[in-house]
Amino acid sequence: MDARIKIRNTKSILFKSVIIFLAFVITLPLIVVLLYIIKMGVTQVNWHFLTKIPAPVGETGGGISNALLGSLIIVAVASVIAVPIGILAGIYLSENSRTRLAYYSGLCVDILQGVPSIVVGMVIYFWVVKPLGTFSALSGSVALAIMMLPIVIRSTEQTLLLLPDSLKEAALSLGVPYHRVILKVIVPCGFAGILSGIMLSIARIIGETAPLLFTAFGNPYLSTSLTKPIETLPHLIFNYATSPYEDWVNLAWGASFILLMFVLFLNITTKLLTRKWNIQL
Amino acid sequence: MEHTVVSASNFNAWFGDNHVVKDVNIKIEKNQCVAVMGPSGCGKTTFLRCINRMHELIPGATAKGSLKLYDDEIYTMNPIYVRYKIGMVFQRPNPFPNLSIYDNVIAGYKLNGLSMPKADLDRIVEKSLTSAALWNEVKDAMHKKGTFLSGGQQQRLCIARAIAMEPEVILFDEPTSALDPISTASVEQLFHELKENYTLIIVTHNMQQAARVSDKTAFFYMGELVEFDETKQMFTAPTDTRTQNYITGRFS
Repeated sequence: MDARIKIRNTKSILFKSVIIFLAFVITLPLIVVLLYIIKMGVTQVNWHFLTKIPAPVGETGGGISNALLGSLIIVAVASVIAVPIGILAGIYLSENSRTRLAYYSGLCVDILQGVPSIVVGMVIYFWVVKPLGTFSALSGSVALAIMMLPIVIRSTEQTLLLLPDSLKEAALSLGVPYHRVILKVIVPCGFAGILSGIMLSIARIIGETAPLLFTAFGNPYLSTSLTKPIETLPHLIFNYATSPYEDWVNLAWGASFILLMFVLFLNITTKLLTRKWNIQL
Repeated sequence: MEHTVVSASNFNAWFGDNHVVKDVNIKIEKNQCVAVMGPSGCGKTTFLRCINRMHELIPGATAKGSLKLYDDEIYTMNPIYVRYKIGMVFQRPNPFPNLSIYDNVIAGYKLNGLSMPKADLDRIVEKSLTSAALWNEVKDAMHKKGTFLSGGQQQRLCIARAIAMEPEVILFDEPTSALDPISTASVEQLFHELKENYTLIIVTHNMQQAARVSDKTAFFYMGELVEFDETKQMFTAPTDTRTQNYITGRFS
């Protein structure tokens, strides 16, 4: 009897050790990548690196200010396009979840999420870049906005679906018109969830490279114009990491480090903000 | 003679093909507390939700017949105006979780974008919370979220929110079924005070509650209004056998 219990206990302990070990193992890739990029990149980062444009071949120094600014501009414009559309579509889907239109647009959102980013880039190339006759920051923003949309729509929808109907009824019973119920009660109550969806979608697109190759294109100089080609962090990394010059490869490491810090910052802030602003129902 | 506030004649309501309120005729008089009781699924809540046009918010819900607030047909009025005039308190307390206690009370003004001098709002908040017997408990915590309060306090906050709009009628949909006995007692106590100024219609599952708080009781069964009479009369000598069977607990 005792022996059997002993065997059982040993099995339990063994099983537990295995899953704990595996839980630890899955954190390894992230830790290794993080440490390596920090090791390679952190030494590159200084004021000069952040404020200067890349130096021409043969000259030392240079920075990534053009890519930094470009990424910020492109992501900002993409957000301006995608966030209002995404939130409104998400509101529709959650408010009318049983209609046929909601079913099919929901399906389209899921499929859109799975469309390879290079294909989105190609479509934008033919729709925006060709008609305008030039690569531009704007076309890059449009491509990234399309990639943001599904995440913003779904997170808005899921957040609002979790809000109880009683909340809406409370407002309606006070004679509040429907549009004000949505804007003044439903959206504010789901604000934390909607915001975290937006932040995560930004974290998702800030590192996108493929659709930018033939839209934003890249630019070795500092540009703030929406109608001209613009440099972005992922594109700069792609170009410089594969170049034969050691200075440029180092620049790419530094840019990788900055990009990674961006994504980490967005993810961690999202976690903190949702905890802080989450509304107790 | 008392003045009729809400009246229904041959009023019907449906969910899709399901006929849930059948040919109801009723006259509810001013400053009375009317209890509406009946077994589950008898249409009492549906009837209540028709009175402030909340019924139609459910997809597939329809209504037919005459339902009046004073002399105006409720179903031809603007639903927003109807809901200004006829307030509602729900089964579960539902204060707005994003608003403070203060803002919850004046939510009807705030969410409708009606602006008012701060002094007037302060006055409305104090008056409504006093009427809802909540002022003394929350007067030092006005900035806290409404959901910070206990269940019974939240329900009284919802009552204050309805009172703040100064409606003619307040509808209560099983207002104490989610509350503990002490909170229930405090809400019931309120009904006696509220009917001084408002007409109250209370849907309840609880017969003792109907007997305790109401002047008149309506008994619904299978969508029909079986009997509507003075509460005392109803509980001592009901005229319909179905009412009698329900009251004596032969079905519930």
